[in-house]
Amino acid sequence: MPQTISVVENILNANDRLAEENRARLDAAGVFSINLIASPGAGKTSLIEQTLPRLKGRLRVAAVDGDIATSLDSDRAAAAGADASVQINTGGECHLDAVMLRGALDRLDLTQFDLLIVENVGNLICPANFKLGTHKTVLVASVPEGDDKPYKYPATYRGVDTLVINKIDLLPYVPFRMDYFQRGVQALNPGVVTFPLSCITGEGFDGWIQWLIENTRKE
Amino acid sequence: MHELPVTQSLLKIALDHAERANAKKVLGLNIVMGELSSMVDDSVQFYWDIIAKDTIAENAVLRFRRVPAELQCLSCAEKYHPTDGEFICPKCGNIGAKIIAGEEFLLESIDVE
Repeated sequence: MPQTISVVENILNANDRLAEENRARLDAAGVFSINLIASPGAGKTSLIEQTLPRLKGRLRVAAVDGDIATSLDSDRAAAAGADASVQINTGGECHLDAVMLRGALDRLDLTQFDLLIVENVGNLICPANFKLGTHKTVLVASVPEGDDKPYKYPATYRGVDTLVINKIDLLPYVPFRMDYFQRGVQALNPGVVTFPLSCITGEGFDGWIQWLIENTRKE
Repeated sequence: MHELPVTQSLLKIALDHAERANAKKVLGLNIVMGELSSMVDDSVQFYWDIIAKDTIAENAVLRFRRVPAELQCLSCAEKYHPTDGEFICPKCGNIGAKIIAGEEFLLESIDVE
């Protein structure tokens, strides 16, 4: 006899529960954590490379890098001075999920760090759907990607806590309307903290570094 | 691509509920998918056909109920559907809105026997 059973369950529940467990572990160790998401080439790894030396002696930082293959990014994080660096190869998966981060946390002695930087797989769509348990999601946008991205990827832009706009040194050379871009961001994410900066010239880094330090001290 | 782990999760939830109800077969799944959920139903169906094979949910029909996006203007509280490209309130012209609907991604119910 056919019958209908009510379920009403969020399909990503299992991941969300694991993300909560990750968060609890990070909280217990007093580690502040960020999830860096961006399209490929926006400058996630460059941002980490430029951020780590500026935190030297102020915060102890662990970096987790997610990529489909290779350990190029975690090597760069280690070279830039990360106190520990873990590579997650997703084996083709287009995003990190809470299970993968849990595996990376297992490989770190969390009591030794103040800040955990998780570099997600370069992708503007999927990472938005999979919570990791990190405290803040930071989106790295970049000037050459174009000013229409908030309009084209609303799910990603509205879900982030902080926005870095990288490559502002290229503003004189590309048709990027900052006001149009910012309007798209503010439309669905009013008041989101924004740091326009350049990993090449170092312009704009002070605010970003201060934000990281302040949030880490709170945790 | 993210539809594979999503479909695995969907299958697990459906099988768990079917088992609890002592069902012999899962005939259908009723899925709610918001316009803003960035999920593709064809892709879910594609993975479903592969991973549900040899389970009691094999050949279950996936029904997707699409929920349109609905925004509410933060200035004047007008509710509107976002149009391509811009999120501007059609009534007062201000930007800034909260999402009321369209982000859902739920398994609402399953049909079993």
